[in-house]
Amino acid sequence: MKDKDIIICRCEEVTLGEIEKAIAEGATTLAEVKRRTRAGMGLCQGRTCSKVIAKLISKYTGQPLKDILPSTFRPPVRVVKLKILGGEESCFLEKQK
Amino acid sequence: MELVEVAVIGAGPAGLAASIEAAKAGAEVVLIDENNRPGGQLFKQIHKFFGSKSHMAGIRGINIATKLLEDCEKFGVKTLLNTVAFGLFEENRIGLANKDKKSILRAKRIILATGASENVLNFPGWTLPGVMGAGALQTMMNVNRVLPGKRILMIGSGNVGLIVSYQALQAGAKVVAIVEAAPQIGGYGVHAAKIRRAGVPILISHTVKKVFGNDCVEGAVIVRLDKKWKPILGSEKKIKVDVVCLSVGLNPLTELAWMAGCKFVYIPALGGHIPIHNWNMESSKKDLYVAGDLTGVEEASTALEEGKLAGLAVAESLGYLKREKASKRKAEIREQLIALRAGPFGELRRKLKEPFMQGDEIRK
Repeated sequence: MKDKDIIICRCEEVTLGEIEKAIAEGATTLAEVKRRTRAGMGLCQGRTCSKVIAKLISKYTGQPLKDILPSTFRPPVRVVKLKILGGEESCFLEKQK
Repeated sequence: MELVEVAVIGAGPAGLAASIEAAKAGAEVVLIDENNRPGGQLFKQIHKFFGSKSHMAGIRGINIATKLLEDCEKFGVKTLLNTVAFGLFEENRIGLANKDKKSILRAKRIILATGASENVLNFPGWTLPGVMGAGALQTMMNVNRVLPGKRILMIGSGNVGLIVSYQALQAGAKVVAIVEAAPQIGGYGVHAAKIRRAGVPILISHTVKKVFGNDCVEGAVIVRLDKKWKPILGSEKKIKVDVVCLSVGLNPLTELAWMAGCKFVYIPALGGHIPIHNWNMESSKKDLYVAGDLTGVEEASTALEEGKLAGLAVAESLGYLKREKASKRKAEIREQLIALRAGPFGELRRKLKEPFMQGDEIRK
């Protein structure tokens, strides 16, 4: 296996080579890498790969890591089924009583 | 929509301690956790804690958790388990969901105690079954009583790597080696000595080059690193293992704090971007408090104290504690935090956290 074939984003099966290519083509933020490659768009929402990709962006663009911010977090930040998200609202506390 | 006084997100040490303090003072507290039981990592921690007596030294993590849960019960903390907080919205609204329904909860004060997630290392074969985080290995061994393999390679010699290696030995596995990329051992000497006495080699300036196997881990290749941390060609060694355990640091779980619009600062030694806060653990967003690993990766003992600070501050801000009484208690806890952040490992964290602990002002 070549280094470029190492998987970086496991959820979306995005390889090191694909991420390096995205950066070479001009992606300078985590959001830009995400939009080009889907890295960080899977089940874990980038919790696993973001730090690694941030380091790659820093390595190739020279930006300090402090300036590489996570892409915008939008709800749901955890895995929630659409039917629940769009479904009726319930009271969790009353049920407990 | 329901309205409560205090909502705490995350029932690890910080969240539990915060809930107990706020509820003890008289506030109505709802504690939310995505797992099926509260306690965070504490129930995996079958080892005794370090430090002085007042920091629960000598007590095992699981017993600390049991005591905290008893206190939650005693002071009437309402706990919502198997419930994720999927978002924070305007006017202190929290989106909650369990496996059947969603709910929107409004809270006068919110305490985020979401903890941290494990870092990974990417090398050829890291996605093979058998490569796992130290947290996963601990959960399998200590909570579910399952030993995922017989021959373990541990990556990382910090306290987590050392302690989990020892637990793997106790559980009946062979720890073939602990590899450490740095030229020195990361964790406490006392843990490292214990592991060495048990005959486990700790290979400094080494890393894993690749892991191989057909359907699961069958072996790994480790390699020596030079002074610039570059692999030395020809120093590769093939070893037979069925588990490769990664213990290479933690990453603060800050999604909700970002979503709320908190201001952040980047401190690599504390895990990366963390929300700025004051000595009451109050973030830059009104009514939003933060405590534990998401404010910088430390230990369960510091998370407990930060949680207490947040809980007390919230109770005070809601009028449940007189200023004088709260100030006295908080000053004691801040002293505890300074004591916990002592020694060669704590000192750096104390220095890094110091700017946040100067007073009511919330600044970088």
